[in-house]
Amino acid sequence: MEQKNNTLLIYTLLYFAFLYIPVLFLPIFSFNDANYMSFPLSGFTTEHYEEMWAKTNLHKALWASIKVGVVASVVSTTIALFAAKAFARYKFRGQNISYGAIMIPFLIPEIILAVAILVIWLSLGFKLGLVPVTLGHILFCTPFAMLILIARIEGFDFSLEEASRDLGENAWGTFYRVSLPLYLPGIIASLLLSFIISFDEFVLAFFLTGSDATLPMYMWAQMRFIQKLPHVLALGAVIIVFTTFIVLLAFWLRNLGQGKEKAEFGIKIHE
Amino acid sequence: MNDSFIQINGISKHFGNVKAVDDVSFQIKEGEFFSLLGPSGCGKTTLLRLLAGFEYPTSGNLLLDGSDITALPPDKRPTNMVFQNYAIFPHINVEKNVQFGLRKLGLTNDEIIKRVKDVLSLVKLEGYEERYSSQLSGGQRQRVALARALVRQPKVLLLDEPLGALDKKLRDEMQLELRTLQKEIGITFVFVTHDQQEAISMSDRVAVMSEGKIQQMSSPNELYKNPQNIFVSDFIGETNFLKAKTESKDGEYINVNIEDLGSFKIKNNLNISENASDVICSVRPETMMIDKEKSDWDICLEGKIKQTSYLGEMTKFYVETKEIEKIITVSSQYFDNQSFQDGKCFISINLNDISLLNKK
Repeated sequence: MEQKNNTLLIYTLLYFAFLYIPVLFLPIFSFNDANYMSFPLSGFTTEHYEEMWAKTNLHKALWASIKVGVVASVVSTTIALFAAKAFARYKFRGQNISYGAIMIPFLIPEIILAVAILVIWLSLGFKLGLVPVTLGHILFCTPFAMLILIARIEGFDFSLEEASRDLGENAWGTFYRVSLPLYLPGIIASLLLSFIISFDEFVLAFFLTGSDATLPMYMWAQMRFIQKLPHVLALGAVIIVFTTFIVLLAFWLRNLGQGKEKAEFGIKIHE
Repeated sequence: MNDSFIQINGISKHFGNVKAVDDVSFQIKEGEFFSLLGPSGCGKTTLLRLLAGFEYPTSGNLLLDGSDITALPPDKRPTNMVFQNYAIFPHINVEKNVQFGLRKLGLTNDEIIKRVKDVLSLVKLEGYEERYSSQLSGGQRQRVALARALVRQPKVLLLDEPLGALDKKLRDEMQLELRTLQKEIGITFVFVTHDQQEAISMSDRVAVMSEGKIQQMSSPNELYKNPQNIFVSDFIGETNFLKAKTESKDGEYINVNIEDLGSFKIKNNLNISENASDVICSVRPETMMIDKEKSDWDICLEGKIKQTSYLGEMTKFYVETKEIEKIITVSSQYFDNQSFQDGKCFISINLNDISLLNKK
């Protein structure tokens, strides 16, 4: 027994090492006083971060990514919420086919999706930019959002919604006072995940951005010049910290919704 | 009191080819404890949901207190429901659950506070205001569901098998309590259950349903003593069915030839015709007598006990006789499973205890 536990422990440690050691190199080298990623480390510096902060193009790209990410995550979560509710609540003809149709962008190689959108967008006579990128991201994020929301809504006790109707609330009141607060952890998780997917997305952005670079596009452009590598490392380190923070936030919010101190999101009747 | 407080006029509800409720008409009195009883799939829950407004009828109409509610959505009906699983909102506490339905009634804060306080004391839940559903027992959840519905002072309270999830002891307690509560507040209750004992013990009137139709609607006593057909007789309590053939009518009575027992004069409540048709005689196990010796009852048969089941307050005997094809069930409070060592016994029947039914 003892032996077996050790084997499992070693396996677990190797697993985490495999997952995280490559990622950890980024922050380490971002504080290294050299232009190359190689050992031994030559000295500690924060100058790459200062350099990063001073780039106005980076600010522009960051702002572009945030705009695209916010719009894409809100729109895809909204679409997915309605769809997930329909799939979880009702049985209807063509259910499996429509489910498949929503999930397909999840399986199509991104590059094909990107080329298809590019061809259609240009043939309609529109200009490349953040709008087609956002549309592409909505398409790409919706299946993810669906998976998260269906998991939350499936097994939901729909008699709660009937109870609300029975107690005098109309359909909107029921959605606002009962459904929304109960779906909220799933909605937040969906928003955060969709945002992160959009924020990290490269292939669609590569084909569709035109001159307005998103953050991954900016990083890619910078990496062609070896002297610019260090500040991209610094940026990468910041993104890792940011992503970790978002994931932790998502978990914390989830627990807030399900623990004992339940937040009340409905309208307060009196107090 | 209004005898046609709820009018159900020719209501049908079809789901595809399934006739869940099939052309049902009846009326419920104001202040009545009315039960819809039947096996699962008989349409009782659909009928309740039609009353609540969660389903709309395929045909027919519904009147409540004189006004047509057929097309009204649930939030516009003066009915409230206690759900089978209680459906307590898990994200708000007991007090907020109870307040939930008061928002649209245009009450002042003081009125809201008073109503919530009163109803919580009515269902004995004072001190539980701050609790969440997950912190309550099944019985307490049931009380919250009741309070939440009653606080709106509905004209009709609809209850969908509310006691099904409780254990036996608590269920018996709640039956008594619900009945007392209903008499106290005087609101019309429409209660759905598949448990015949529950329906019989609580209701003023019971409608027995099967395959979307009402089989019989009467007081619990009538239902038990004068079942109108085989289904009701079989569904309510336990009974023995004996095969018989009609012979000649004799006023309120009719002569019937029962299995190999011979001819007997039996009360003809259902006015069954006399031309040698096949009929069924229903005899309840507890109306028969089992003994070691012969009796002077109308019918007395010698039999052999094939099986017994001891239930504490009584014992059931499964008896084989020469004259009757099927095994007869007899219950006794006097004898138990150890009384008949050799299995030999006599069972006796009084003709008054036989109800005559049409064969289906």
